Amino acid sequence: MLLLAIDSSAGASLALIRSGNVPDAAPEVLHSAETQVPNAHAEWLAPAVTEALTEVGLRGEELDGVVVGAGPGPFTGLRVGLALAHGLAEGWDVPLHGVCSLDSLALRADDAGISGQFLATSDARRRELYWARYESAEWAPEVWSPGKSSEFSGPPQAGCRLVEGPFVGPAEELPDLPSVGAGLWLYPDQLTSAELAGAPADPAAWTPHAVELGRLAHGALTGELHGVLCAPRPLYLRDSDAKVPAQMKGRAG
Amino acid sequence: MAEPLVLGIETSCDETGVGIVRGTHLLANEVASSMEEHVRFGGVIPEIAARAHLESFTPTLRRALATAGVQLKDIDAIAVTAGPGLAGALMVGLSAAKGLALATGKPLYGINHLVAHVAVGLLEGGHQGTSRTERSTGTVESPVLAPNTAALLVSGGHTEILRVGSLTDDVELIGSTIDDAAGEAYDKTARLLGLGYPGGPAIDQAAKKGDPTAFRFPRGLTMPKFEGTAENPGKHRHNWSFSGLKTAVARAAEQFQAQGLAVPTADIAASFQEAVVDVLTSKAVRACQEHGLTSLLLGGGVAANSRLRELLAQRCATAGITLRVPPIPLCTDNGAMVAALGAQLVGAGAPASSLAIPADSSLQASRILI
Ligand SMILES: [Zn+2]
Repeated sequence: MLLLAIDSSAGASLALIRSGNVPDAAPEVLHSAETQVPNAHAEWLAPAVTEALTEVGLRGEELDGVVVGAGPGPFTGLRVGLALAHGLAEGWDVPLHGVCSLDSLALRADDAGISGQFLATSDARRRELYWARYESAEWAPEVWSPGKSSEFSGPPQAGCRLVEGPFVGPAEELPDLPSVGAGLWLYPDQLTSAELAGAPADPAAWTPHAVELGRLAHGALTGELHGVLCAPRPLYLRDSDAKVPAQMKGRAG
Repeated sequence: MAEPLVLGIETSCDETGVGIVRGTHLLANEVASSMEEHVRFGGVIPEIAARAHLESFTPTLRRALATAGVQLKDIDAIAVTAGPGLAGALMVGLSAAKGLALATGKPLYGINHLVAHVAVGLLEGGHQGTSRTERSTGTVESPVLAPNTAALLVSGGHTEILRVGSLTDDVELIGSTIDDAAGEAYDKTARLLGLGYPGGPAIDQAAKKGDPTAFRFPRGLTMPKFEGTAENPGKHRHNWSFSGLKTAVARAAEQFQAQGLAVPTADIAASFQEAVVDVLTSKAVRACQEHGLTSLLLGGGVAANSRLRELLAQRCATAGITLRVPPIPLCTDNGAMVAALGAQLVGAGAPASSLAIPADSSLQASRILI
């Protein structure tokens, strides 16, 4: 199975993921790339997809599907990735799958050896965070267990599952749990950093990445993970802010 | 090359449009509008429009392909509105178009929305939907831009007059609104009078029962200091302003309310409409005359306004200008106009756009292709 994953919920990123040669082995990341430049998603993402395919020497028609981060994230940037993904999936005539972008951070935390309950956070602007609560523990096999598909031999097994979310709200209203993601550097006084001995970088600097979303979707599509895929539509979590103008209020018809 | 088969995508305001043309032949023009969702706000809300574009894109694309009876692989090029328009809305269509172009390996053309409004005038088969192309004076129908063409574009998002020497390499902005678009003035006035949204049809309807001379509302930027003379034109000779008009309408309505009298809605609507249409048409016709333009194309959603069409036809006829009004479904924002301009650019051998092009919400009229 070959998948292209893209995400534009915080930075913008993409990954090409392929099933390993060994049955049940973890999928192989053929290519990954990202930009942190704000507001450059629209310019960066499409050329980066072309580059990725060229570099790996694959044609888009060989893909088994496109995976897109459904957010949550700032609306305009989020839509860039989703609109691109819709165009790509139509153009290649392949299925399009959504994955909650915060799941990327949960999988990274799980990879880094987190245990127990924790929060994945990202910047929602306007003094708020997007967040979701996850739990990493030993689970019966029917519970989704990102990143552990290679060890999927028998119950019970280690893994991570979504407890609740995603939500949007101010940092002070989040459950008091160890956290990863942008909430940590935005609100260091309100959030507690997760202790991660095996973390590749400071968890305060983590933003969602297509690599993990691709791995999760791969797990779901090969039947090893459950509850991962969602509709390829934006998880806005907020209304569109529009206000009914004063003149209209109280006016009949 | 045979006439190019071009797919056009439009998302600059509240219409998600996908059109397909072969050269100047219209094959499909599918539009999904989010207008209903803006009604309670009395105007287009950019975030609501952008959300609706993403929801509507794939279904609208599929409908257009089905209507045209073609498949994506048959398409020669993909054209998309790159600007001007609402930034967040433009971004949806542009990203989706990039995805399609990338996946199908077809060239992408990021084009100018304003010029596309003019290119739609070349389409044959434009009777699909409503009436056939109308002309105030008859000429032979031909899918070639008339020499010395001007375009008056009037919508909720823009109000411009352009000189179009060539759709592919010679477009010049002669004049534009310096504040509200004419359609926006209609929306705001309709809201003020409690006539509902969109304001254009609501006011047009109310005005039919009113007296257009009941109130003398201002014609913006018509004072000599703004207009100058033909030989020595003022800064705003060919520009419009509609923000003062909105204030004058509000003041007129308030005077009645203050005295506890019923607001004469129909008379105000008719007088407002007359003010807008009078200044739009008089300045447009004069701009044509002073630039040696003998053919005028009307575009944009306000082209549906009965009084605008009537007065413009009258004044063009008097001035010896050939007026052309495409069928209304092609005047309002749509994908076919984008495809029509794309086909002209492909035919002229214009270089395709890069997949890295940005959306440009304030794209200049003279920049036809990004
Ligand atoms: Zn328009």
